[in-house]
Amino acid sequence: MFDGMQRRVVSIWFPRLASDRALRLRPLEGPFALTLHQGNTNRIYCLNRAAEQQGLSRGMPFSDARAFCPDLQSRPSRPNEDRQFQLALRRWALRYCPWVGLEDDDGLVLDISGAAHLFGGEAELLMDMRQSLSRAGISAAIGLGDSRGAAWALAHYGEGRAEVGQALDALQELPVAALRLEEKTVTALGRLGLRSISDLANAARAPLTRRFGTDLLMRLDQALGQQPEQITPLKDPPHYGVRMTLPEPIGHSSDVMAGTERLLTQLCAKLHAQETGARVLCLTLRRVDQDNQQVELRLARPMRDAKRILPLFERGFGDVDAGYGIDQLRLEAVQVEPMPVQQLSHVSTGGKDRLDDLITRIGTRIGLENIQRFLPADSHIPERSYIIAPAAFSVPNSGWATIRSRPLHIFPPNPLLGSHDIPTPPKHFRWRRMSFSTARATGPERIAPEWWLEDDSWRSGVRDYWCIETRQGRRLWLFFTPQSPSWYVHGEFA
Amino acid sequence: MTPDFSNSFPLRAARVHEVCGASAASLAVVCAAQAKGPVLWIRDAWRPETLNPLGISPFFDPAKLLIAQVKDQTEGLAVAEEALRDGSTPLVVLEISQPLGLIHGRRLQLSAKAGKSTGLCLIPDGMGSNAAESRWRCVPIYDVFSASADSTLQRWELIKNKSGTLGSWHVRWDAASRRLNLVSATGE
Repeated sequence: MFDGMQRRVVSIWFPRLASDRALRLRPLEGPFALTLHQGNTNRIYCLNRAAEQQGLSRGMPFSDARAFCPDLQSRPSRPNEDRQFQLALRRWALRYCPWVGLEDDDGLVLDISGAAHLFGGEAELLMDMRQSLSRAGISAAIGLGDSRGAAWALAHYGEGRAEVGQALDALQELPVAALRLEEKTVTALGRLGLRSISDLANAARAPLTRRFGTDLLMRLDQALGQQPEQITPLKDPPHYGVRMTLPEPIGHSSDVMAGTERLLTQLCAKLHAQETGARVLCLTLRRVDQDNQQVELRLARPMRDAKRILPLFERGFGDVDAGYGIDQLRLEAVQVEPMPVQQLSHVSTGGKDRLDDLITRIGTRIGLENIQRFLPADSHIPERSYIIAPAAFSVPNSGWATIRSRPLHIFPPNPLLGSHDIPTPPKHFRWRRMSFSTARATGPERIAPEWWLEDDSWRSGVRDYWCIETRQGRRLWLFFTPQSPSWYVHGEFA
Repeated sequence: MTPDFSNSFPLRAARVHEVCGASAASLAVVCAAQAKGPVLWIRDAWRPETLNPLGISPFFDPAKLLIAQVKDQTEGLAVAEEALRDGSTPLVVLEISQPLGLIHGRRLQLSAKAGKSTGLCLIPDGMGSNAAESRWRCVPIYDVFSASADSTLQRWELIKNKSGTLGSWHVRWDAASRRLNLVSATGE
């Protein structure tokens, strides 16, 4: 920081962030609490003011809370979404200053040095913050000081504002807990009779260090501005969106294509700089009459080569209705994946690229997850000895091991009609309205169900598989279930 | 005197062929085993039976097989045409459940020519299109003399051929050497 500019820090504390978020989505009257399932009990995670006035508190078992307050309404908490909400508030706070960091999981810290005059002064800035937060239905306590520690203390204990260089005056009445100390330290200080910050500031430093370590005085010095403390602004994620507004509306598909090509070149340069590749692209065409047409392109693998992506858009353009003309194009990479630069090799990979492009093109028609490949799996159960995975999201694997021959086709087991309930293979049987007579039977091969997995089709117990060669030519895979005697056809050999 | 099998069997490239009969899928996997490159197999999503990769592995490595699950035959034909025209898959197998018109067959044939890849339609009996280059009927045969441990003896009958003679052969896949063996027909 250069001379003549005093550092000023705002700390915003959201005492009821989670319940405020939940109530913003679906407002309620009366006491309300969010519950979190923890260690086999439902505990209160966050609650609104009405519930606090009824004597409820955080961490209380939910069943107790219901006993105290029968009309308590509750919803399960979602800590992940609370985090997202905090990040959204951080983005909102960027309107006051460019230097905004997160404070724990329920607050923000802003370095407003040199930014307050844009809102007409510090008091006006704080007023503006309070107004917009209360309009949004979020309860907040705001502290302003010369250092991060002072602002935190004022936000959590007392809500106020320390004038420039007057940190001790503003803080002296506050309890020592306002210094962000551990619970244990606070209790020990209370036993020594040091209850407020002024007590601590006036006490001799050397014995305190010997008794509590350096941490206590470091916190005090940080609050009084004698030791620096950083604020880490979060890095904004890169934005993968480009747009082009046209002076005159266009309607020809070749024009739209040309516009898309320009956007793609820009977007791919951005992807290249970040070493990422686009997986899903969304092109929004805004028409003159404000209607939006969207073309979505899902790629079979991350790509950032404009020349290859452009032809893949062609099919999507077929469904676009240009109406009176299109005057804005907006291209966004909705989903990106890391794609580090790769060493060029003397081995040609042209075939692989062409295949991926083909998968993308077919995927735009039938859905990318409908193009599948087989992956080996470790199981003796015929249906579970392989995995069917979408080809675009998996790599081929050749670890196939077959000990005994397996049929080419398998189908849901068809029971053999008639009284076949002995373990030797039937001499004659009917299947799919055809009659067969057994010529040779090879078996049995016993396969036991995997008891650790729930599977309805294996309820009938172990199976004895037989390979049956019929006089009619077909080779079928039959099984017998000894625990509930009957025969089934499960597959056909090639 | 049966004609030479090698004139007809590795199927003519850049054409669409048809196969019917109980062992039609066997001919498809044999073709896939001989194809150099990935194979696209288009099948209707509603079919209860599934291909078993462990049953495929005596023929070829299932890693080179791509399955496209389609909603209906129109979608399947569109996907087949796209893949044939692209040519990055040397073999495209299409399972058909309804009769093919002359237009559809001809479109497939043209796209196979454009992309220089081979198409193979698995058809129910009598549902082929006249545009097909050749049509085979494959049926399994009971082998009286030797137990067929790993493959079925089959009769492959060429019932339509646009550029050659018809014929009928007995064949059997040899899993150890991964090749198709001709077997002389035996009397019952």
